[in-house]
Amino acid sequence: MSQISAVKEFIIENFLFGEEDQLKLDTDFFDQGIIDSTGVVELVSFLEETFNISIDDEELIPENLSSLKNIDVFLQKKLNHKVV
Amino acid sequence: MCGIAGIVNLGNQQPITPDALRRMVSVQQYRGPDESGAYLDDHIALAHARLSIIALKDGTQPIHNEDKSLWIIYNGEVFNYPELRQELINRGHKFYTSSDTEVILHLYEEKGINFLNELNGQFAFAIWNSKNRTLILARDRVGILPLHYTIQNQRLYFASEIKALFANKEIKRLIDPESLDQIFTYWTTLPGKTAFSQIKELPPAHYMIISPYEIKTEKYWDLNFPINSETINKKSDNLINEISETLMDSVKIRLRADVPVGTYLSGGLDSSALTETVKKNFNNELRSFGIRFENKDYDEGKFQNEMVDFLKVNHSEITASNDAIGANLEKVLWHTEKPLLRTGPIPLFILSELVNQSGYKVVLTGEGADEVFGGYDIFKEAKIRNFWAKDPDSKLRPLLLGRLYPYIFKDDRVKQTLIAFFKNGIDNPDDPFFSHNIRWKNTSKIKNFFSEQIKDNTKDYDSYSELLKLLPADYSYWDTVTKSQFLESLIFLSNYLLSSQGDRVAMAHSVELRVPYLDHRIIELLNKVNSEIKINGLNEKYLLKQVFKNRLPSNIISRWKNPYRAPIHKALLNNNLNLIKDYCSEDAIKRTGIFEYSKVQKLINKLEKLDKASEFDEMALVGIISTQIISKIFIDDFKSDLDGSTKFDLFFDYRSVNEKLTNVI
Repeated sequence: MSQISAVKEFIIENFLFGEEDQLKLDTDFFDQGIIDSTGVVELVSFLEETFNISIDDEELIPENLSSLKNIDVFLQKKLNHKVV
Repeated sequence: MCGIAGIVNLGNQQPITPDALRRMVSVQQYRGPDESGAYLDDHIALAHARLSIIALKDGTQPIHNEDKSLWIIYNGEVFNYPELRQELINRGHKFYTSSDTEVILHLYEEKGINFLNELNGQFAFAIWNSKNRTLILARDRVGILPLHYTIQNQRLYFASEIKALFANKEIKRLIDPESLDQIFTYWTTLPGKTAFSQIKELPPAHYMIISPYEIKTEKYWDLNFPINSETINKKSDNLINEISETLMDSVKIRLRADVPVGTYLSGGLDSSALTETVKKNFNNELRSFGIRFENKDYDEGKFQNEMVDFLKVNHSEITASNDAIGANLEKVLWHTEKPLLRTGPIPLFILSELVNQSGYKVVLTGEGADEVFGGYDIFKEAKIRNFWAKDPDSKLRPLLLGRLYPYIFKDDRVKQTLIAFFKNGIDNPDDPFFSHNIRWKNTSKIKNFFSEQIKDNTKDYDSYSELLKLLPADYSYWDTVTKSQFLESLIFLSNYLLSSQGDRVAMAHSVELRVPYLDHRIIELLNKVNSEIKINGLNEKYLLKQVFKNRLPSNIISRWKNPYRAPIHKALLNNNLNLIKDYCSEDAIKRTGIFEYSKVQKLINKLEKLDKASEFDEMALVGIISTQIISKIFIDDFKSDLDGSTKFDLFFDYRSVNEKLTNVI
C-alpha cells in the first residue's frame, strides 16, 4: 500500500488542502467533485512522474482513476507490466 | 443616476442631525457628483447626490408635490416619463421641473402604490408623505439599481450603498457567516441579503411601506413564465417582428437624456445588436467603448474590430492587463461591497473610467440578453443533461456536451472524466436545482477553507431550503431550461451581473448603465415563448439572432459564444502587488478568523507553481482574497465618523426647532 499512500498524500495536499477526513479508499473523486478536468491532468502527471510510468489516453477512464482503490489496482497493473 | 440616503425615526426620539446626512452622501458622492440636496423634519431625513442626466438645470432633489406634502429622493430613470407626464398634466397636475423625478411623485399622488406597474425604467427611490408620516421605498423590477436598509437603534436607515449606512457609527459592521455560505455556493448572496449582518437589500420588484403603525414589504411584479393559452409554441414572422419592434422602442426610450449616450461594444451578439440599433436608427455620431485583454485567451478584439469597421462607430477601448486587474481589486471591492469569485468586474471598472474621461455619463449595455433570450451555456448544459437523464447508460448522449465545451472536450485525456463529472445528479432530473447543482456543489467545496469558527456558525444553515421558499408555485411545471433561466435571473442577474459587474463598477466613475434587454415588455414577451424556440436545438438566443440576421455580419451571428471572463491567478499572484502578503499572511488570516491559514497557504503554494490553474482553485483564490479585503476595508479600517464634505445645494428644513445650519449649506 505504500504507493497508494503517496497518491493519497498528493490528493490531500493538492485537492483537499489538508482536509483528510473526507477521503476514504472508495471515495469517488468525480462524484464528490474532488478532482475536476484540470485536476485529472495534474493527477496523471503526478502518477507518471512518481512511478515512472506512461499512461495512455485510453487508460484515462473513471474505472482507473475515480478513487484511491481504483488507482491502486491500476498502478499495480501498470507496475507489474513494467517489470515483465 | 444618483445616490440616495435617509433615516426615519421609528421609536427613537433623538433628533436626526444634518451631519449624519452629510456623511451618508459624502461617502457615496461618486454616484452623484453634480449636486446635493436634503430634506429634514422631526421624523425623517432624506439626502440626495445627483448625477444630472435629465433636466440638467431644474432637477435638483428632493422634489415635492404642489402642497409640499409629498417628497421624493430618487436614483434612476423612468424612460416613459414624457408620456406619463402628459397624462398627469391632462389630469390637472402642476409641474415645477422638467424632470422624470417629479413625474413619479405626481403619479404616486394620482394612483397610489399601484403606480409602480406603470413605470418603465430602472430605479430605487424614497417617497415621504409628511401628512401621514409614511415612507415608501421601492426598487425596479429586475434590481438594476441598489437600495439597502437596516433597522437598528429604533431607526430605519436606508441608502443606495451599504457604506452610507456604515457612515453612522451606531450601525454595527459585521460579516454575516450565512452570507458567506451563500456567496461560496451561488457566487453571490440570495435576494434580500448582503455580506453583512443586519444589513438588508430591498429585493427587486419590491416596495416597502414604513408607517407609524407597521413596516411591510410587498412584491409588485413577478418574474413569471406562464404556461397557459398565451404560451407561444411556434416561431413565426409575427413573433420576430414583435420582438424587433419592442426592442427598437426599448432602445429608443433609453436614449432619452439631456447628455449624450454611448454604448458598450464587446464584439458579442448582444452589444453588437444594441450598437447597430443605435447607430443605424438614432445616432450616427455614436461613441462606443470596449475592453481588450492583454491575455489572448480572454480577448475578443477580432470580433470587436469587425463590428467597429462594419458600423464605423467612434470606438475607444482599454486593455486590461494582468497587472491592472490585480492592482484594481481593492478599489473594486470598495464598490461591490461583497466578496467576488470572479475578476470580471475589474475590467469594467477600468472601462467606466475611460467613459467618464471621455465626457460620457450614460451607456447602453447588453446585460440581460442571455437571461431573457436564453444565451448561457448552463441552459444548454441543462438541456443535454436532461436528454441524457432519459437514457443514463447512453454512450452517445453525453458526447453532446463536447459541442458545448469544445475547448475542454477536445482534450482526449480528460474526456471520460469530464463526462463522469457531468453525470452527477443525472439520476434525479426532477430535482428543482437539477441544472445548477453541479456548479453549486463545486463552488461549495471552497467552504472547506473556512475556519472552524465559521464552519461551526454555519453548520446548521441550509441555504437550499431558503432558496426553495423563493420558487414560485408554478416552478415545478416548468421545463428544465426555464427553471434554469429563472434561477439565473433570481440569483445571478440582480445580485452579481447588474450589481458587482454592473451599476457598482460603473457608478464608481459616475457612469449610468442602461439595459434595453431588461425592459419589462421584452421580459414578459420572451417569457411567454417556449424554451425550445429560444434555444433551437443547441443554437442559443435563436430569436435574437433571427431579429438581427440581416443587420449584423454573419460572423457575429454565427460565432461561438465566449462567456465574458477575466484572468485570475496570473493577475492576483503578482509579485509586484502585495495582495498575498497583505491579506493572506498568517497574521491577516488569523485576524479576520474566516479561513484556515494552513489550507490557504497550501492553495497559494500550489498556484504559484502552476501555469494553468483549475476553475476551482481560481475561484477559491479570488474568493478568499476578496473576503479578506472586504473584512479589512469595511470592518477593521472603516471610518464611520469622518466629516462629510458635502455642502447641500438645496436644503429643506422643516424641523420644529431649527439648528444653526450655516455650516451645512
